Amino acid sequence: MSKKFAFAAFSVAFAAAAAAPAAWAQSGTVKVAWIDPLSGMMAPVGQNQLRSWQAVTEIANREKWAGDVKFEMVPFDGKLSPQESLTVLKSIIDQGIRYITQGNGSSVAIALADAVEKHNARNPGKEIVFLNYAAVDPILTNQKCSFWHFRLDINADMKMEALTTYMAKRPEIKKVYLINQDYSFGHAVEKAAEEYLKVKRPDIQIVGKDRHPLAQVRDFAPYVAKIKAAGADTIITGNWGADMALLIKAAKDAGLDAKFYTYYAGTTGVPTQMGAAGEDRVRVVSYWNTNDAGERADKIVMDFKKKHNDDYYTMATYTGIKMLAEGMKKAKSTDPVKVAFAMEGLKFQSLNGEVEMRASDHQLQQQVVITSWQKVDGKTVRHDVENTGYGWKTEAKLDAYVASQPTSCNMKRPKG
Amino acid sequence: MLASGLTLIFSMMGVLNFAHASFYMIGAYFAYQISQWIGFWPALFVAPLLVGVLGALVERYGLRRVHKWGHVPELLFTFGLSYIIVELVQIVWGRAAVPYQVPEELSGTLFTVFSTNFPAYRGFMMLVAVFMLVAIWLMLTRTRIGLVIQASLTHPETVEALGHNVPRVFMLTFGGGTALAGLAGVIGGNAYVTEPSMAALVGAIIFVVTVVGGMGSLAGAFVASLLIGLMQTFAIGIDWSPVSFLEGLGMPMSSDAFLYPIMSLKLSQVSPVLPYVLLVLVLIFRPRGLMGTREG
Repeated sequence: MSKKFAFAAFSVAFAAAAAAPAAWAQSGTVKVAWIDPLSGMMAPVGQNQLRSWQAVTEIANREKWAGDVKFEMVPFDGKLSPQESLTVLKSIIDQGIRYITQGNGSSVAIALADAVEKHNARNPGKEIVFLNYAAVDPILTNQKCSFWHFRLDINADMKMEALTTYMAKRPEIKKVYLINQDYSFGHAVEKAAEEYLKVKRPDIQIVGKDRHPLAQVRDFAPYVAKIKAAGADTIITGNWGADMALLIKAAKDAGLDAKFYTYYAGTTGVPTQMGAAGEDRVRVVSYWNTNDAGERADKIVMDFKKKHNDDYYTMATYTGIKMLAEGMKKAKSTDPVKVAFAMEGLKFQSLNGEVEMRASDHQLQQQVVITSWQKVDGKTVRHDVENTGYGWKTEAKLDAYVASQPTSCNMKRPKG
Repeated sequence: MLASGLTLIFSMMGVLNFAHASFYMIGAYFAYQISQWIGFWPALFVAPLLVGVLGALVERYGLRRVHKWGHVPELLFTFGLSYIIVELVQIVWGRAAVPYQVPEELSGTLFTVFSTNFPAYRGFMMLVAVFMLVAIWLMLTRTRIGLVIQASLTHPETVEALGHNVPRVFMLTFGGGTALAGLAGVIGGNAYVTEPSMAALVGAIIFVVTVVGGMGSLAGAFVASLLIGLMQTFAIGIDWSPVSFLEGLGMPMSSDAFLYPIMSLKLSQVSPVLPYVLLVLVLIFRPRGLMGTREG
């Protein structure tokens, strides 16, 4: 190595070291990279959620949630593919962005969590924190839990726990059909439904199970014919995005009159397909209801509608920015490692009341709400979804501790 | 329907059109745009016409130029074109799906079979497809234009000597083929989802239909599309898997056995890949397709 080169290398290293503290000062802009589909069949959902994040970021910056720290969302198209998302993650690392968020597709979330874990182990001082706002495969907060991963949604087991508790009280349910997307999340829903129903309502008969490829099926008519032939009165599905919209459409076309117990009937495009045909027949388990969340939520939902002519439904975006802001205030730093430690066990107010980021597995503990699709009446149902004249009515609300699930997470924490 | 357009182009001109599915997509987007302005019914006629004109222009100013260099440049040209079309569509209409809906008049139920409703729009799609196939068949075999088209393919010099403009015949044929793709887009776009990856999703399947049916055979394409449609639909209804078969034979397989994850796949789960299995089988056992003619 020549002397000149050594000097250059030294000065670069020195400059980097000198610049580093400035980057962690408590002002300036914290960039959050958003990785989710902006193309393909699931693009409408991705676009809506990106706007939701941006809307919340604006509010946070305006109201100074984190003091002088400003937030900025930087969108990347993950194309709902683990491989594409990992490629995108590389360029995010190159750009020096330290916070990432993703939610659509547990398959993608598992790949990202794994990559982040490895990156952080190999690059101390350049750690990345992963805010997962919608990927609900329980494995991410159990066997595969990671210190760098924080889940803002309620996981599939918690949702099913709440859903089956509600279903147990409804004697008209006798024959259940399970139809899910053929990937980790769909399997998790199927498994949880079978297990919980067996315990809570052993008399319920599961008349059929189906798994179909994710974001591939154009025509659900054959599946619906099969459901009909099985004589099901109730369908449990974790389908989301276009898969949910097309399933409902096929069910409507075929005149299927079973009830739907779902996770994501609120996602973009589904309400339009349901319309009047879904009245009182579709139930959704979620962590909030826009019609039952107070004035502040009302204002956010209405502003969003006015600006984008779209519905604000991914409330985890609010929770996410709020948690980051609170974490940064508590840590008095924007350094991802310090913020990650600060966010553990953090209790704060979100739009659905007080929530807690459980330290043992980084699974947010929050209320669970079951809603049904009803006509807008101005009282219990005030927000018209996708201009259909229908909206969500709260059927049951469970406190966080009711839906809470034990965890098998054995987390390795860095030396902080 | 798409495949019949592709077959038409292929059999008539010997050009394998990779951009064919892209014209299908353009048809759906045009129909969406036009139905926003003046309604669905005019769009049903105007959109395929526009796509046909576009296709004719592509042939006149693109394909004809590369044609003299042989088949490979032609193939590459249409391949490149498909990429450009996807990008253009994304620039104009964005990356997300557009809300292209089935018109009110057709969204009801046509009739009920065994308590399952048959959607009116499905009936309409079938009607259009059958009408189109009959029209092409009649045109090719019963009219003067059809005779000229067929003759231009085998004996272009003779036809030219008889005073027909052979390049123009080619242009019209290509335009006609793309118009058919456009028509398929118009009625398929609102039945499913109109978005930029729709071309990629149907692209593979129309090649399967064309190959299985036999390159250049209209009747073959028709039979193959029926066959594949039925196969996929019935496969969804069958919950059969190698594991359940072994169980039936009295040899239950434990869930930790070697190859269990593959052996336990149900037929209903693998139905999306069945057409490709069929494609491979046909290529192995009957390369010319079900009703194709052997290349001379």
